[in-house]
Amino acid sequence: MAFRGIGGWLDDRIGLEGVRRMAEEKTVPVHRHSPWYYFGGMTLFFFLVQVATGILLMLYYRPSSEEAYESVQFIVTQVPFGWLIRSIHSWSANLMVGAAFVHLFSVFFLKAYRRPRELTWLSGFVLLILALGFGFSGYLLPWNKLAYFATRVGTDIAGSVPLVGEFVLRFLRGGDHVTGGTLSRFYGWHVAILPAITVALLGLHLWLVQRHGMSVTPAEERKGGARRRMPFVPDFLLRDLFGWTIALAVLAALAALFPWELGEKADPFAPAPANIKPEWYFMFMFQTLKYVPGGEIVGIENEAIAILGFGAIGLLAFLVPFLDRGVVRVGRSPGFTIVGVAGILYIVLLTVLGYHSWVPAAAAAVLFLVPWLAGRGADSGREER
Amino acid sequence: MQEIRRSDTRQMPRRRFLDRLLGVSVVGLATAVVYPIVRYLSPPEVPEAASNRVLAAKVSELEQSPAKIFPFGSEAGILIRSPDGEYRAFAATCTHLECTVQFHEPSKRIWCACHNGWYDMNGRNVAGPPPKPLERYTVQVEGDEIFVSRS
Ligand code: HEM
Ligand code: FES
Repeated sequence: MAFRGIGGWLDDRIGLEGVRRMAEEKTVPVHRHSPWYYFGGMTLFFFLVQVATGILLMLYYRPSSEEAYESVQFIVTQVPFGWLIRSIHSWSANLMVGAAFVHLFSVFFLKAYRRPRELTWLSGFVLLILALGFGFSGYLLPWNKLAYFATRVGTDIAGSVPLVGEFVLRFLRGGDHVTGGTLSRFYGWHVAILPAITVALLGLHLWLVQRHGMSVTPAEERKGGARRRMPFVPDFLLRDLFGWTIALAVLAALAALFPWELGEKADPFAPAPANIKPEWYFMFMFQTLKYVPGGEIVGIENEAIAILGFGAIGLLAFLVPFLDRGVVRVGRSPGFTIVGVAGILYIVLLTVLGYHSWVPAAAAAVLFLVPWLAGRGADSGREER
Repeated sequence: MQEIRRSDTRQMPRRRFLDRLLGVSVVGLATAVVYPIVRYLSPPEVPEAASNRVLAAKVSELEQSPAKIFPFGSEAGILIRSPDGEYRAFAATCTHLECTVQFHEPSKRIWCACHNGWYDMNGRNVAGPPPKPLERYTVQVEGDEIFVSRS
């Protein structure tokens, strides 16, 4: 009774009725590719974990070259459960980027970017870039040796782009060198600028998803749309929550069993350690640059050409909704599918080469095969019934 | 889709059992998330200044001005040379609301600017809001160096 009273009171003022109707009307198509619908929500879950643990870390972290390392050391050795919070933040960051990559490729293969969801794709793509920015800026914050030199290398690479390189490098570093000033700057990006932009874009992204509803593949569409739909509330939402619980369990297990390392404090006057490496999601680009021979063509260094190449590929991927005319005209575009598969294989192969390890390939196989098999299994299971 | 026949009494106990199980799991999960966070929010005991004895000043410094604020662990201390040339040291933290005090040369007293609190040269609270005297430290002069320690 009391609840109805409060609900009615709020409804009069903010119109809960509309929210309720929206929740009631939202449905999710059920077909063999449905498992992919979970990855956007999974990315969102990891993002929320990042916000919560990030705020907690801010309570003890100190963004200066004198104190950053010590404050993180304090967090992981003195603060109760500090090691756990930091470990979760680091692991979840990586899982979030992983989930975003799977999400991107899955909506790519399902051709969900086609009209009218172009803006959903564009906003999502920028969200991925922002996620990479979070990773790059966060990596430096503990001010340890590995991160310090990786940031020098990373910003130096960005600096070798013709024409704008000089500006980009100084803009990223907040000066000519990686110093305490760079740390302050990265901190500002990491905890204020990127979160603000991300929240705004995420709002747009989710609003668009809500507005358009979930897409089905062109093939399903030709069959006249999915034969079954499930209500979003509660059916899909509960499944989402179940997925989030599993994600939390995996996250907690990883964070507790493999606590994120801190390494040694950065020392600008010490020689660089041998195994400088970027975060795994930059590895395929980093590794590609290793194979580029020195020298120059038409007055531009080979390395700069490779970097511009990545930029161009990124731009093409960004503009995919406008490039893929086939899917609009005849409802299919196998060429784009092949290019997408080739892209995944390239990224996995170079990551494997970069780490001298098959783990990246196994992880990619699990991430892409399990949802695919689950979808097929559910689909055939239903048809037999 | 999944229709539950509420009249089917045979089904209810199992359903209630599962509901309870779910409830307990959700509470357990919430506890496992909230407990570490609450513990994390309470700051750990930071060990006191490793040494209880610090080099507060050089004798020559106190010849130029009659008082000096010096770091004592993470807090401030105040060292004063009295008119008869004796050194005295106190915690510089006002006993009222923890502002840092200063030496007031004209009146030869210790003054807290925050709420106009006054202490005499022995650290006794003599005027204004401070409720207690300043904590007094021990001073030792060794050659040109003045050491202060907690007694
Ligand atoms: C911070 C990262 C991101 C978050 C939190 C996020 C979140 C979501 C969520 C919750 C959904 C609805 C459920 C689903 O389809 O999985 C969704 C849909 C979608 N996302 Fe993202 N996303 C992110 C990044 C991306 C990226 C990198 C792309 C691709 C460039 C993208 C493109 C799309 C598209 C096209 C849809 C519509 C799918 C459909 O209607 O079938 N998103 N996103
Ligand atoms: S704090 Fe010193 S008088 Fe109030």
